[in-house]
Parts: sequence; structure tokens; C-alpha cells
Amino acid sequence: MEKKFSARELTQQTLAYAYTENERINAFLTLSIKRAIEGAMEVDRKIAAGEDPGPLAGVPIAIKDVILTRDVRTSCASLLLDKYIPPYDATAVTRIEQAGGVILGKTNCDEFAMGSSNENSAFGAVRNPVAPDRVPGGSSGGSAASVAQKSSVLALGSDTGGSVRQPASFCGVVGVCPTYGRVSRYGLTAFASSLDHIGPFATTVRDAAKLLKVIAGRDEMDSTSAFAEVPDYEASLDAGVRGMKIGLPREFFEGIESETGRLIMKAVDQLKKLGCEVRDIHLPHTSYAISCYYIIATAEASSNLARYDGVRYTMRAESESLSGMYRETRGKGFGAECKRRIMLGTYVLSHGYYDAYYLKAQKVRTLIARDFTEAFREVEAIVAPVSPFPAFKLGEKLDDPVAMYLSDIYTITGSLAGIPCTSVPCGTTAEGLPVGLQILTRHFDEAGMFRLAHACERNQSGN
Amino acid sequence: MKLTLEEVEAVADLANLALSKEEIERLAHDLSGILTYMDKLNELDTTGVEPMAQVLYDAGETATLREDLERPSLTNEEALRNAPLSGEGYFKVPKVISRDE
Repeated sequence: MEKKFSARELTQQTLAYAYTENERINAFLTLSIKRAIEGAMEVDRKIAAGEDPGPLAGVPIAIKDVILTRDVRTSCASLLLDKYIPPYDATAVTRIEQAGGVILGKTNCDEFAMGSSNENSAFGAVRNPVAPDRVPGGSSGGSAASVAQKSSVLALGSDTGGSVRQPASFCGVVGVCPTYGRVSRYGLTAFASSLDHIGPFATTVRDAAKLLKVIAGRDEMDSTSAFAEVPDYEASLDAGVRGMKIGLPREFFEGIESETGRLIMKAVDQLKKLGCEVRDIHLPHTSYAISCYYIIATAEASSNLARYDGVRYTMRAESESLSGMYRETRGKGFGAECKRRIMLGTYVLSHGYYDAYYLKAQKVRTLIARDFTEAFREVEAIVAPVSPFPAFKLGEKLDDPVAMYLSDIYTITGSLAGIPCTSVPCGTTAEGLPVGLQILTRHFDEAGMFRLAHACERNQSGN
Repeated sequence: MKLTLEEVEAVADLANLALSKEEIERLAHDLSGILTYMDKLNELDTTGVEPMAQVLYDAGETATLREDLERPSLTNEEALRNAPLSGEGYFKVPKVISRDE
């Protein structure tokens, strides 16, 4: 192999580009310059010494700022953690560095990953690199934007109800929410623990599969991480999709914008041409998913965010009494969307409402998961839109929380069931806005998901 | 479901959140809208349905247990590093005990 540039040169150039572009897009909150250069130099040393530098050798990777990085500020895009310097690395970060990946910096997001537009960051909104007057999606907006504008090659995001898939679709990149438990959550700042996932962003399905392979697998630091073997996703990528049975959930096409729907159906037609058997299926409880999700997610969030009370995590508002200190710190520290969700979660868990809301939602979650189990008896994969519409304008939905929550309709059902889902680009609107196609498969069948996504991608590029 | 300002204040109290008058008014409006939407769940009969608290997979009951061996953890200094106020190896908070009770 001919050496054209060193890992260090690539890292320095990417850092410089990320720094310059940040003025326009605001994708990064912190650039971890020292750590990136040291990581790259280690890769160069290994190559020079003839050692294996790893499958991600020298690849510049951005990390969403809710994922802990030792000695590198991790703010969760919140004033509360503005100065927080984690004492340990998330397992996914450790594995990336062991594989030779270079940690470039920390990306902007909605505060504590709560939002669908990245407008809830305490450090300013991220702009969509494709159309800077529009949102990049959320909550992993900075990660999606940095991959789309090529200020990083790969990125990690977190997906609780669509926070990787929706920004991937808005920015025109590949985003993956793996099976629940596939990737260790150790070091992922908890939002809703029964729904939180770490997932990769990339410009191609192959790169996304490569990154997932590195970070996936059992980790004893997260007791919910799965023991299931991690197959070589890349090996089966080109196996083709002829004869693959695919379901089209009718409920996912109600209320979709016509141009988005047209692009999704065009991609479905292409899959038919490749020999997929496409049939209509039903996921009858879809219309209850938003209510179910926002009850469970906010209930878990209200518990998880209780720890930010002014004692351990950097920010404290002074008060004479201990309870006053808690209240003032939280009142000053949390932004509007976090407060709204903490309040909603506290309400649905409170005495007299627990059964009516929280327990009811958990039962409805069973019904939604069962819909998928039934569907997967008939089909191997489900193909659907990611979002009812492409990237919207900054500020457009900010004053209407219900409208913002409703935009998550197609991504949250898969999250509630815990199945793997991905967003793969399937075209652009007349205005040039990217649209993503969502692919959902059975628990732990990321290989099938990637294979189908790869087929769609090849169709797009006309190969 | 319509929430009164008093109810919102009571929830804020449970959540340890100091809110301004404007925030309480805004939240009463927002939460009422969201909860009204969520009442849709009552359309569904969930009699006999088990609640799903977690995505569960097959693994042995003791699969997540390990040998009870001592392992290094964060040092005291590391654990306190992000505290707004600490001293003598402890987190410091405003006084909670009064002498003359």
C-alpha cells in the first residue's frame, strides 16, 4: 500500500476544517485537539512499527456530547454540565480508540438528547449543512451535520425515539439505531434507560456497519448489554436481496407529506425490481405510540435527571438551605424542553396518576412490540419513512411541543419494540432536501438491515 | 386533562424545580395540551396485558453476575473532581442540621 498521508496529517486537516466550518453550522461544542493528535500519532507509530493499527485506523470520528470522554468536556448541551470533565470513557469510545479511531471532538445536540430539531441546545442551534436556514434534526443534530459536511468521517449519536435516524434523514447520511442492548450504554448519559441506544452515523452503509461492528457486543459495565454474538456485517453486505420478504406498514403513510411519500414509494419500487417481495402489513397500534413513548420516556427522564441537583455535577446555585439549593440549581440549569419533560414525567409517576398513565403506557408498549412480532412472522424486514417531512425551518415548530412530538411518529414504534432500525438516503425533494428511508428488522438482525440498506444505497448512486 | 396553576406548582415541588410565574403559566398550558393528547390511550382496552418495563432477551439468570473480587474504581479525587464544593474528601452542601431543635 502506498502512503499518501499520515494519520496525523489527516487529523490536523480535519480539525482545521471542522474549526472553520463550525462558525457556519455549529456542529461541534468541543474539539478534543490533544486527544485527537495523540490518537493519530499512535496509529502512525503502529503502522511504522508494522503492527495492526485496527479497522478504524486514523478515521476521524465525532462523538455526541452526551457520551462521556475522559478528560474531554462533556456538556450534554446543558448549562448544568458546561464545565463537566468526565473521569472515565464510555465503552463505545474506548472500543473506537482500541480500533484505531481518532476522537475528533464532541458534537452539539438537544439538551440531554431531548428534542427533534437540535434547537434545545444551551449553546445554540445546529444548522443543516444542506440548507443552513433549516434544522439538522435532533437530537443528534451535530453528529449528523458533521458527517454530512465532512468535518468528520464517522460519528456516534444516541437514539431514544429517533435521535439518530431522524437527523440522518434530514442531513442525507446513514444513521443506525441498533437492537436495544447491542451497544453498551456505559458512559451514555441516561435519558430514558429502557429506550436509550448508541448508534453510528456514516456516509455509506458499509462504513456504518464497520463502526457498529467495533462498538457492539457484551460489556460487563452495562448489565442490559446483550450477550448475542456480533457477526461480520460487511461480509454479508453484497449477498443481495432477491426473494427478501418486505412489509410496508400502511399506518406509516397516514399524514405523510406527498413528496416524501413519493420518494419512499420510488425506493420501494426499486426494491421490487431487485427481486424483493413487497406486501402491505399492519401495525395496528401505531397511532398510540406517541402517547406511549412520551409517557415512558419522560417518566424515566424525570428519574434520571434527578441527579443534577448541585451536589456532584459542576453547577450550583447558592441558597441558604439544601432544598433551596436543589431547586434553584435545577431551575436555573435546565432549559425549557428539559423542564417540560421533567414536569411531565414527574406528573405521570405521581400518586394517583401512576396507573392511569405510566402503567397504562407500559401495557400499550407490550401491544406495540407485539405488532412487530406478528409482522415479522410474515416478513423479514419492514420499510417505512423516517419522518413525515424533510428538514423544517429553524423556529418553525419551536412553540408547539405537541407538533414537535408528533414528528417522531415513524421512529418511536421501533424504539419501543427495541428492534434495529436504520435511515438510509433515498433521494431529495425538488428543493434539494434529503429524505431518508427507514428499514426495520428483527431483534439482532442488523445484518439483514444493512444488506437491504446497502441495496437501496446502490440504487441511489445508480450502480 | 386540564392542569391548574396550583397543580403545576405541586408537581414542580415534587421535581425540585424552582420555576418563575411565567414558566408555571406556560407549563400549565403545555402540559394540559400534551396530557389531553395522551388521554387517547384510554381508547385501548389493556385488560390482561402485561406491562413492558424493559426489552428482555434470553440470558441465564446469573449471566450478569461476576466473581466477588475487589476491583479498582474511581479515586476519591476523581469522584470529587466535578463537585462545585468539596473538602476533606467529601461533597459539601448547605447546612442541613440545626443545633437548637
